[in-house]
Amino acid sequence: MVAVTAGDWFSTPENYVFLAIALPLVFAGWRVVTSSNVVHAVLYLVGALGGSAALFLLLGAEFVAWAVVLVYIGAVVVLFLFGIMITRAPIGVEVELSHPLRVRISAALVSGALFVLIAIAALTAFGSESIPEAEVTRTADIGQSIFERFVIPFEVVSVVLLAALVGGIVIARRDPSPEEIAAGKETL
Amino acid sequence: MTGWETLLTAAIKVAVAFALLLSLTIVLVWFERKIVADMQNRLGPTRAGPYGMLQTVADGVKLLFKESVTPRRVEFALYIAAPIAALVPALLIFLVIPIGRPFTLGDRVIDLAGTDLNVAVLYVLALSSLAVYAVVLAGWSSGSKYPLLGAVRASAQMISYEAAMGLALVPVILFTGTTSIRAIVDAQAGEFLSFLGIWNIVLVPSFLIFFIAGVAETNRAPFDLVEAESEIVGGYHTEYSGFRFALFFLAEYINIFNISALTTTLFLGGWHGPTFGAPEWLAWVFPIVWFFVKTVALVFVFVWIRASLPRMRYDQLMQFGWKRLIPLTLVWIILSTVAIGFRRFGAPWG
Repeated sequence: MVAVTAGDWFSTPENYVFLAIALPLVFAGWRVVTSSNVVHAVLYLVGALGGSAALFLLLGAEFVAWAVVLVYIGAVVVLFLFGIMITRAPIGVEVELSHPLRVRISAALVSGALFVLIAIAALTAFGSESIPEAEVTRTADIGQSIFERFVIPFEVVSVVLLAALVGGIVIARRDPSPEEIAAGKETL
Repeated sequence: MTGWETLLTAAIKVAVAFALLLSLTIVLVWFERKIVADMQNRLGPTRAGPYGMLQTVADGVKLLFKESVTPRRVEFALYIAAPIAALVPALLIFLVIPIGRPFTLGDRVIDLAGTDLNVAVLYVLALSSLAVYAVVLAGWSSGSKYPLLGAVRASAQMISYEAAMGLALVPVILFTGTTSIRAIVDAQAGEFLSFLGIWNIVLVPSFLIFFIAGVAETNRAPFDLVEAESEIVGGYHTEYSGFRFALFFLAEYINIFNISALTTTLFLGGWHGPTFGAPEWLAWVFPIVWFFVKTVALVFVFVWIRASLPRMRYDQLMQFGWKRLIPLTLVWIILSTVAIGFRRFGAPWG
């Protein structure tokens, strides 16, 4: 393992680009959960996702970067905005979105635990390996590694996603009470 | 090439692309007005310049000098950001489209495209999916009812047709085996019937679906419910005026050109075409001419559709998108995948 000193860090231009992307990204992520206007929160989320796409570009992972833009910014977040706009998005009205302290603490615990988990997984998997320089990953290589070496995890992940989708519908759907059914007002 | 040369080439390309798109918009608006006028047995613009060609310039200058009215209930930052968000993706998409064959200057080979990405097709789809933000932000930040209705319509429409658009490209990628636009153009070179290249037009369903979805993505008639004048005034740009409105307008026409240019590049052989045995110093002109001939022909189809078809109803739009276009695309993907598999690997029993 090569020891990295502060001098090395400052002499690498990529690090400054990284900072220029990462600092706004962290700020955007923080504003997603703190802004009291739902539409603003969603737009900060766009900023955070755009920042992560830019980080992927910095790593030479073009495919992943544009896939993030296409799938997350271009589709998922647009659906968020769509949902907000047809339900509640009055301009200039600040809705009280904050949760009680109890919920905040548990949210902090869960996200902290997730961070530690991912950090440990990434460090044990890659350690101090460095990315080959100036090498843009070919799309065909990604396809090959997904559908040959990692085909089983890939399929497992898609089943997990399907389960999450079904779970989301089950949680979001409120079963109508007997009175509502009697009045003919079943709602999704 | 050294770093500075790369930077300089890139800067020149971007400047040329920007100037080209702006002047093309001027021509395209005039072209559309003249064609629609002919189809409706009118004269169209005649006063400014020969055949009224300078009418768009006059209109543009007028819009520049008009007051940009800001209604009281807008959310200002987003209200200003929306027209910019409309224009930026439109300009960026054009940068990956090659408008002619690479030419050599001294010992350097220069591509007639802003850049070529390994994942250019994905890049185009990603950026065109960002166009919806302009409409949504404009609609929401205007603080008015008609823009909001237009924005809600737009987001539903653009998401639906974007799916069909992306799926229509799957057979193209499988057929050519690459996601780089330069490689897709190169794959369409070749001699067929003495001068025609073997274009990707053999993937007819993909071509049709991509073009129809493209018309819907640019919110043009018959899919222009987003700005249906008779129902919701101007739709998302009702509260915009002056230069800010001009930016939306500009973005719309650049998008029309982009979709036509992409269709040309992906299906009609891009800049490939006969050069009639012209000498080397002249031969680089023909590809550029062919590219623009094909693209303008497709722009004409845009205008032709607009002049011919009435606006769809909202439920028809959704039915057509989700119940016709997307299932059709899925069936076509399965069929074409089987055919491409046979072509590449031979029959499984053989």
